[in-house]
Amino acid sequence: MASVSVIDQLKKAQILELLEQGKRVDGRALDEPREIKIEINAIPHANGSARVYLGDTETICGVKIKPDRPFPDTGDRGLFICTAELLPLSHPTVETGPPQPHVIELARVVDRGIRESHMVDVSQLVIEKNKSVIGVFADIVVVDYDGNLFDACSYAATAALLTSTTPKWNWVDDLPQLVEGEETALPTSTIPVSVTMGKIGSHIIVDPNGDEWASMDARITITSDSDGNIVALQKGGSDGFTQDEINQCGDISVRVGAKIREIIKAAQKGSQ
Amino acid sequence: MGGRDATMVLLDENGVRCDGRKIDETRRIMIKAGGLKNADGSAYIEFGDNKILVGVFGPRDVHPKHMSNTDTGILRVRYHMEPFSVGDRKNPAPSRREIEISKVIKEALEPAVMLEKFPRTAVDVFIEVLQADGGTRCAALTAASVALADAGIPMRDMVAAVASGKVADTIILDVNNEEDQAGQADMPIGYMPSLDKITLLQLDGVLTPEEYKKCVDVGVKGCKIVYELQKKALKDKYFGKGGD
Repeated sequence: MASVSVIDQLKKAQILELLEQGKRVDGRALDEPREIKIEINAIPHANGSARVYLGDTETICGVKIKPDRPFPDTGDRGLFICTAELLPLSHPTVETGPPQPHVIELARVVDRGIRESHMVDVSQLVIEKNKSVIGVFADIVVVDYDGNLFDACSYAATAALLTSTTPKWNWVDDLPQLVEGEETALPTSTIPVSVTMGKIGSHIIVDPNGDEWASMDARITITSDSDGNIVALQKGGSDGFTQDEINQCGDISVRVGAKIREIIKAAQKGSQ
Repeated sequence: MGGRDATMVLLDENGVRCDGRKIDETRRIMIKAGGLKNADGSAYIEFGDNKILVGVFGPRDVHPKHMSNTDTGILRVRYHMEPFSVGDRKNPAPSRREIEISKVIKEALEPAVMLEKFPRTAVDVFIEVLQADGGTRCAALTAASVALADAGIPMRDMVAAVASGKVADTIILDVNNEEDQAGQADMPIGYMPSLDKITLLQLDGVLTPEEYKKCVDVGVKGCKIVYELQKKALKDKYFGKGGD
């Protein structure tokens, strides 16, 4: 994906030409995300899961919940850890081996958006203070690539967490002991929604597809919560934004994010 | 990185912060251009208790060769923290955090450096954090810009950087370590003042849309303060007494 071919350069010229007329290659409005399809409980073996299609980008998130040791300075809180991986079958240029910097960034940005929104109430995930807590692991895999992995991964994790159930453990003889048949919904509060925007020339577009992604000069991912607050942000790419553009992107992310939140809520409702 | 002190007052009733600063005041900043003998360009920055050294090499041959680009030069950035730079010893191997910061600093510098003048070459920026105290990525980016200029590499502008944030429901400039750990939001900003372009922007913490805009504004104003100190560092070396 990082490699820029001659075809990419030709596509970029075409994409830019269309943008000058206010149009996008796939006919969307500039602030219109692709169709989002969410399939809840795609992996019944997980404590919660979701498969998300964002246009032709496809991701799966499985949530696993298990007792773990707390971090030394936060013994009164459970763990929340989110990872993301690009599977080699998702695109011809993806190679196996240690994760590339752009994949590490992807995982960290998705993790940060959910973590900073305080979606998962980790204060309720304590088995025995300072000794044992509940760990929530949201592992995301990218199955098919067509741009904008940040949002596709974020929606998958959010949808999976919203529909996760957690087993119950009691503290017995200095060990966590599973209480059979006492599963409750994972304690969650707000619903964070990330909105990624690309900058091509001086145009800002929401949810860039694969061709647009390859043509972008810069990008920005902004996560907002259910109250319309902005909770996390990451700028990327080899160009900058003016202060006005940054403000404009903030407004777009809250507005578009509110619509996408309804889609995630509908998927959650449909699963119940 | 640091311990949390629940009793610490981040902002008192007189608008004074935990380290005695006002809300729109940066920590003490000292930037020195040059210093390293072997590097093509270098800089040293003390930003509060942060101490960071940056060396620049290039434009030079690219190894491995397949990384080279026939259309433009490439920029490579390594942000690295010494094991002794933080409270507990840090594992010297690059962490995921360091890999991400290396990437965002690289992308913050790329718009500033005229790499297209040097096809098939690489410019390497090595950032070594000797001591960390919150806001290392901004201090590192600030010093890296000075080191690139010191190396004589053509640039469109320098990137100046500082974080703004939210502490005790107030938007503040230059978040220190305690404020980062216990505060409500941290927004590192890298900005090219002459071109009015924000090239590094991250955020964690909760901001209303109005606070978000104010935070960007406070950060951009802070970057303009840092920018003057960057220019002064270069002037001191090339036109002043402190040359080497």
